[in-house]
Amino acid sequence: MRERIEDALKTPGSDYLEIRIEESQGSRIRYRGKELEDIGRFTNLGGNVRAMIGGGWGFASFNDVNRLSHYVELAINQARLIGRRDSRLAEAEPVVDMVSVQMRRNPLRVPLSDKKRLLDEYNHIIWSTSPQVQTSIINYSDTLRSLHFANSHGTYLRQEKLDIGFSLIAFARKDDDVQQAILSLGSSDDYGVIEGRHEEVEDMVERAVSLLSAKPVKGGCYTVVTDPHLAGVFVHEAFGHLSEADHVYQNDRLLELMILGRKFGGEHLNIVDGAAIPGLRGSFRYDDEGTPSTKTYLIQNGVLVGRLHSRETAAKMGEPLTGNARSLNYRFPPIVRMTNTCIEAGQVPFQDMISDIKEGIYACHSYGGQTSMEMFTFSAGEARMIRDGQLAEPVRGVNLSGNVFETLANIEAVGNDLAWNQGGGCGKGEQSPLPVADGSPHIRIRDVVIGGQG
Amino acid sequence: MIERLLKRARAASREAEVFVFTMEETPVSFEANELKQLQTRQVQGTALRLIVDGRIGFAASTRVSHPESLVDAALEVAPFGTTVDFEFPELSKEPDLPIYDPAIAELPVEDLIEIGRDMIANIRESAAEALCDVRVIRRNATLTLANSRGGQVSYRKTTISASLNANLIRGTDVLDVFEYDSTSIGSLDHRAMAREVTRKIRLAKHTGSVRTANLPVIFTPKGAAETLLLPMKLALSGKTVLEGASAWGDKMGQPAVDSRITLWDDGKAEGSIASAPFDDEGIPTRRTCLIDKGVIRSFYYDLRTASLAGSASTGNASRSLETMPTPSPTTWIFEGGDVDEEDLIAGTREGLLVDQIMGAWAGNVMAGEFSGNVHLGYKIENGELVGRVKDTMVTGNVFQALRSLDGIGKVAHRVSSEIRIPALLFSSLGVASRG
Repeated sequence: MRERIEDALKTPGSDYLEIRIEESQGSRIRYRGKELEDIGRFTNLGGNVRAMIGGGWGFASFNDVNRLSHYVELAINQARLIGRRDSRLAEAEPVVDMVSVQMRRNPLRVPLSDKKRLLDEYNHIIWSTSPQVQTSIINYSDTLRSLHFANSHGTYLRQEKLDIGFSLIAFARKDDDVQQAILSLGSSDDYGVIEGRHEEVEDMVERAVSLLSAKPVKGGCYTVVTDPHLAGVFVHEAFGHLSEADHVYQNDRLLELMILGRKFGGEHLNIVDGAAIPGLRGSFRYDDEGTPSTKTYLIQNGVLVGRLHSRETAAKMGEPLTGNARSLNYRFPPIVRMTNTCIEAGQVPFQDMISDIKEGIYACHSYGGQTSMEMFTFSAGEARMIRDGQLAEPVRGVNLSGNVFETLANIEAVGNDLAWNQGGGCGKGEQSPLPVADGSPHIRIRDVVIGGQG
Repeated sequence: MIERLLKRARAASREAEVFVFTMEETPVSFEANELKQLQTRQVQGTALRLIVDGRIGFAASTRVSHPESLVDAALEVAPFGTTVDFEFPELSKEPDLPIYDPAIAELPVEDLIEIGRDMIANIRESAAEALCDVRVIRRNATLTLANSRGGQVSYRKTTISASLNANLIRGTDVLDVFEYDSTSIGSLDHRAMAREVTRKIRLAKHTGSVRTANLPVIFTPKGAAETLLLPMKLALSGKTVLEGASAWGDKMGQPAVDSRITLWDDGKAEGSIASAPFDDEGIPTRRTCLIDKGVIRSFYYDLRTASLAGSASTGNASRSLETMPTPSPTTWIFEGGDVDEEDLIAGTREGLLVDQIMGAWAGNVMAGEFSGNVHLGYKIENGELVGRVKDTMVTGNVFQALRSLDGIGKVAHRVSSEIRIPALLFSSLGVASRG
């Protein structure tokens, strides 16, 4: 394989050439309701070629790896059609390395019958915890990818990447009203992460059931304290995507808004992203362009100090490489993506955070969110009113929306209890769901617009 | 290859189905008005379903040269598989549908590039500062199905689609106008797409504000498609109904929404990229009336959900290479209503016109609850659009709201090749704003 790839890299006609070949195998199990709905095995073999000529890119991906040289020619011809552009690549040392996953519990060695037994146990808990459970969905998948990456600068990398994703949703129903709660987990090195979660599954069901008796929240502007789960989603959606350099590098006006050195929040605000922390869902040793992973400060002491880059965006903006070029799989070229993103822990304990709030909202968990760069929106999985410094009645339908810049500045307190969400898959363009982790401690934000019935 | 694979599969089981999918697509991307990347993607793969002792074993692979290992993988999985009570159907040739256009299949890449260039040039004529991201994709696919009943069917489909996002920033005000279209035959009216975007940029020049209250809200056809259809698609799916999670599960034959609403699912709709002669299990596609004058008439099914419901497949099975078939809508066609669109706006004293909404479905989709940020919407005052609103959320419950409609536009507009829906005026939805 290495020989074939290095041979193909010698094809003339381009300024820069990359070849990726990927093999993968995995399994997927899905339950819907009381029944197992889907169980399957899949294997993949595919690859891609990226060529740059005069700064323009051509790209070809394929399953028929026997025709590698045809696709190399195709990518080069396409780059030629793009014509001269000003794309350059940041300087990087060529890397020759082989990375295998340090697995704690290897899912490929866990018999299918054992996986099914575990899921049966969880499903049984869902269905026996409350008579109001209407239906449930359990999704499990594992994929082991074996990647070869080589480029015309002399990099040759072999990397193994493992991804395990696991999510459970319980739906509870009372008359015409249906509410849901989600538990999602994931790992890049350990099947054990999904074992022994029986208590959390039971909690999840109880969350769904208690939403049935929660009143719809009154829409308006509130002081909001979010739990680490929801705050993690917030930092990913509201700020993380804005830090992806490919959103700003060709957009001068957006760049003006995201100028390094600009104050975004208080001294207590520190936001980082990086794949270098081992064992988190978005962790890896090298990104999909062969750049080593790092820890990148995006906001430090309230000030914008960094953003996330690929080799192309780093060159364009004259900023350091951060190891954030990722592709979902061989079908797609790498683009700038987050890895593990978090608000770093601050000083404030949770009790202190709510004790002087006369009327506010405590919002927890999340279904997900969306961003349009300036504006973000995300929904709380459950919430309670805060009244006179205490947690009060449960409310539902709490959806938070706002302007990123204003909201970060409105963070009044950063908690001391960082926790990570690892069940998430990030969507960007067509490359979804990409394994990522996001995290945060509790945070308190003033002046948040909460959607709700008037 | 298919015969060999089926032969091996049938040695293991009486019921076997082979699904082969090949595709080549050419996405052309523009970023910030410049041609950025040309891609070619070739996909080919095979999926196998075996029924062994009443359970399904499923395996899929894109390893071109070793399909036979699929049988082993499927057999390994079968003892744990879903229980099924159906047989694979007799596969008979359906009359050809016009979904393959050689002109699209053979369109030179340079022409795809020109479509993008032309749209961008048109928009910048009136909005020079707009930064446009455009994707034009041409796709050529072949789908082949064979099963142990002995038949084999196949079709080719071409698709050309374009999506465009025009971004304008003035200070901290960010405007994104998004447009999308697709077709299986003929050509894309990309000039019309550019005109729509230009019109919306012009309309968004002035800002307006709205108070926090329950107000009348009009969704444009595009806004309606983006905001309202997802829970309806879930509620009308045979699968959701079987699970007892559908808001309309016990409403078969009963009125569920406004009596001016009639909705068809059409698997053979002309020019739609969702059309095919048969679905992904080989069942012929058709037109199914889902809602007739507000009354639920049918859910949509695949083989498995139909057999569990004691009904018949409606030809709505959809799958990707790596997933088992599941019921999926094809082209949704609403009938038009009773009011001219201009009159919907003219008759509103205070309200919102919503065209693009963001994040509506981060919440409780199954219950029909949406709460989204108004990404592109306008304040209506005394029957006129007075400015674009920002920092505003619209909240409501689709199933309830469809029972309190004040007006439905006369014309069901083609939002994309797979949706025709009119503008909808809801009498009261929750509007929240800081403005």
